Amino acid sequence: MMTWPILSVVTFLPAVGALLIWLMARGGDEAAARNARWIALWTTLINFAISLILVVRFDPTQAGFQFVEEGRWLTSTIAYKMGVDGISLPFVILTTALLPLCIIASWKSVTNRVPAYMMAFLILEALMVGTFSALDLLLFYVFFEGGLIPMFLIIGVWGGPRRVYATFKFFLYTLLGSVLMLLAIMALYWNAGTTDIPTLMTTAVPRNLQTWAWLAFFASFAVKMPMWPVHTWLPDAHVEAPTAGSVILAAILLKMGGYGFLRFSLPMFPLASHDFAPLVFTLSAIAIVYTSLVALMQEDMKKLIAYSSVAHMGFVTMGIFAGTMQGVAGGVFQMVSHGLVSGALFLCVGVVYDRMHTREIAAYGGVVNRMPLYAFVFLTFTMANVGLPGTSGFVGEFLTLIGTFKVSIPTAFFATLGVILSAAYALWLYRKIVFGALVKPSLASIKDLTFREVVTLGPLLVLTILFGFYPKPLLDFSAASVQQLVTNYSHAITAVKAAALMQ
Amino acid sequence: MNFTPAGYSLLPVLPEIVLAVGAMVLLMVGAFRGQRSTPLVVTLAIALLILTGVLQCHYLPAGKLTTFGGSFVVDGYARFLKILVLLGSAATLLISYGFLSERPRRIFEYAILILVSTVGMMLLVSAGDLIMLYLGLELMSLSLYVVAASNRDDVKSTEAGLKYFVLGALASGMMLYGMSLIYGFTGTVNFTGIAAAAKSGSIGVAFGLVFLLAGLCFKVSAVPFHMWTPDVYEGAPTPITAFFSSAPKVAAFAIFVRVVLTAFPNVTHEWQQIVVFVSIASMALGSFGAIGQRNIKRMMAYSSIGHMGFALVGLAAGTPEGVQGVILYLVIYTVMTFGVFTLILAMKRNGHAMEEISDFAGLSRTNPVLAFLCAMLLFSLAGIPPLAGFFAKFYVFTAAIKAGMITLSVIGVLSSVVGAFYYLNVIKVMYFDEQAGATDAVRIELGTVVVVSALFNMLFFVYPGPLVGAATAAAKSLF
Repeated sequence: MMTWPILSVVTFLPAVGALLIWLMARGGDEAAARNARWIALWTTLINFAISLILVVRFDPTQAGFQFVEEGRWLTSTIAYKMGVDGISLPFVILTTALLPLCIIASWKSVTNRVPAYMMAFLILEALMVGTFSALDLLLFYVFFEGGLIPMFLIIGVWGGPRRVYATFKFFLYTLLGSVLMLLAIMALYWNAGTTDIPTLMTTAVPRNLQTWAWLAFFASFAVKMPMWPVHTWLPDAHVEAPTAGSVILAAILLKMGGYGFLRFSLPMFPLASHDFAPLVFTLSAIAIVYTSLVALMQEDMKKLIAYSSVAHMGFVTMGIFAGTMQGVAGGVFQMVSHGLVSGALFLCVGVVYDRMHTREIAAYGGVVNRMPLYAFVFLTFTMANVGLPGTSGFVGEFLTLIGTFKVSIPTAFFATLGVILSAAYALWLYRKIVFGALVKPSLASIKDLTFREVVTLGPLLVLTILFGFYPKPLLDFSAASVQQLVTNYSHAITAVKAAALMQ
Repeated sequence: MNFTPAGYSLLPVLPEIVLAVGAMVLLMVGAFRGQRSTPLVVTLAIALLILTGVLQCHYLPAGKLTTFGGSFVVDGYARFLKILVLLGSAATLLISYGFLSERPRRIFEYAILILVSTVGMMLLVSAGDLIMLYLGLELMSLSLYVVAASNRDDVKSTEAGLKYFVLGALASGMMLYGMSLIYGFTGTVNFTGIAAAAKSGSIGVAFGLVFLLAGLCFKVSAVPFHMWTPDVYEGAPTPITAFFSSAPKVAAFAIFVRVVLTAFPNVTHEWQQIVVFVSIASMALGSFGAIGQRNIKRMMAYSSIGHMGFALVGLAAGTPEGVQGVILYLVIYTVMTFGVFTLILAMKRNGHAMEEISDFAGLSRTNPVLAFLCAMLLFSLAGIPPLAGFFAKFYVFTAAIKAGMITLSVIGVLSSVVGAFYYLNVIKVMYFDEQAGATDAVRIELGTVVVVSALFNMLFFVYPGPLVGAATAAAKSLF
């Protein structure tokens, strides 16, 4: 059926683009910068187009992995294996779709070392797509961790005043979580004799190893997600990162944590997941309520959105570990939706930041008078962030809430409080920036969205509304895989319960 | 041809003989033609090392060869590591042209000493009994003491040579004492003989083992016998520092592994706890000690201590997977660290060496290619995938996990996170800080070495199969 290794192409094409930039956009002059921008844009656009072929050829009725490619790598048991299913494909598409927007968003705002900047983004894209499509545990780890290098440089070189602190914190936090996961990967390797993910999913893991491996994976994904209380790197990283870096961070890198829970924790360690679900519920509920309250107190726009990201990721972890069909499907949906919405919100912040060079909320007010179009776009995404029905944010939150309600009513209760709080901080932010009288002299000549900015925000706006009113395509896409995941998970748990009753 | 004078086959030692005789010939060339022949001698020395490598690969018959009554062993393990040692020595000579070109330092003896120490290393790698071990080790070390001080007019260099010599002599003394104890309690110096005689619980063997391992730990600069490393690394001329961190480390590590696995397989428990302790101490001290360093050579010295700790994790496992991990670790570490030292050597500003970390400020603007290669090498040393350094760590820790050494592994990976901090700090200085001025043009041979080592690190993951397979085969030959 397969004629060419489409997943490998989608993964490594951006790396080829980076190589092209290195070869063709030498020097620090304006021409090199322009070449780098265009090469990066075309590479990401072509990559997006190719990734759409995946969507067309994907068979959503199948639960298993599709487009599987396999080749020798380290040994016969640690192979190069790629493939996607209904859970990973949405993230692949999210990545390839957002990258061109990131490139366009950086078109004017990045003027310093442009070729290197574009190369870092392209390499990052390759590693992110690889993370979502790797079907070998070690290969996954290589992609997952490799992403630290370009992100470290993106925040550190093109970031704000406290960029060094932020990027070190980001790097070391993530590394600390991940090395423990690496040890668990090794333990799983010796348990199953292979790092092949489909095989590992069907290999029984001893109860004791499940517990430890679950904790080790949790250490990594909880930091990446990020969950309370290991979320503190995120606000710093977001505030200091350049706009496009924040977009990638919020929209894709955070999703690796949730993806990891879905791909590894639930299917491979179902018993440990069940045992630890109360822990995750507690942390999620705290994250949702606490970080929402913290968000209310922020004076920096990006920091506010960063804290709101932590709260929204709380819904995702809660939904995933509910282990119900609605919870898991809602988790996937919420991640994609948050990818669109938070990415767009960071772009919205970038729009005013590019004009005013400050992210301080108090520096704005009344921009609706000068920027009506911006006010409209920003309102839509704010509402999506709140979870207003009719936007994609609502569908994800609602599904995760009903999914959790079946399992743990107190968690659902506290999470619902978070919905109210999110309305409070999001509307407060919107009011402070957009409404009121335009009295600040610095804002008197601020200009509305340019064509370039409309191009970046437009597609996200359409998708947010589309998935809000008609979420079926996305839900159907992942339904079969989610169904299989949930079935296996509940089978594993009922089997153990039955065995316990027999004794 | 059949080399069997006095009933001993000389065929297995042919490469060593060729290298030793060649070194004598080159000594004559240098002695008769004077110091102006230095470049010629260096070039011939490189050719000689290559010739030795070719002989080693293609002339010796396959399989395990022994001679001198079992005191010299050529097995897959020895073959693999000898090639690595030869490469390290040849690369050292290659990067030394610049160092040797200035008038007061036109010393052809430098090349001869490196050749002689290489003979010592090759004997060491192949040692099958304690006598050969000691001979090889001393032949290697004595030459190293001298080359450490080869920058004769520099106080730091002479201090480095002297310090290395005094501490090295102390370590040799301890080791000899340990050997005599082992001989006394087992009645033999041969590794296989010791293996048969040494039984668990013998207090004499345990004592001897401790002293022997203390001497070996000194040579691989593992804690608590690491004190010489920062001073010697900082004081010795940079090409020699690159040498110290590569070939002699490989050789000393090779014999470390061979001794404990072939001579003491029945007292595993005794040596394993020593190795675990030394490994943890080295990883921790290497990671924390490097943080405060301002001189990049000192920082790399602590990094080297830490990396030896990681390599010892593989040895602590004591399994074929562990040895495979150690071998891969040595290969990858040698290439990485050699690349970094060559880069330090290549970096000059107005003819002066740049050895402070702050000298690297803004290198990404003044010399983007060099800065990129340096960043890749440092990320690799930190063990970030997909670079080679990650796979080195992966193999040793996989072996440790399989052997059930969870605590050791957890401490190991946590100290690697601490270690990542100081590598990142150098990258930060290069990429995030304001520039400190332009750097001189890089000598072509240095640039080549840096590019080769960085490319090896970056592309190892693309096609790791052959190297991993060779390391597996080499490790199997020890068991």
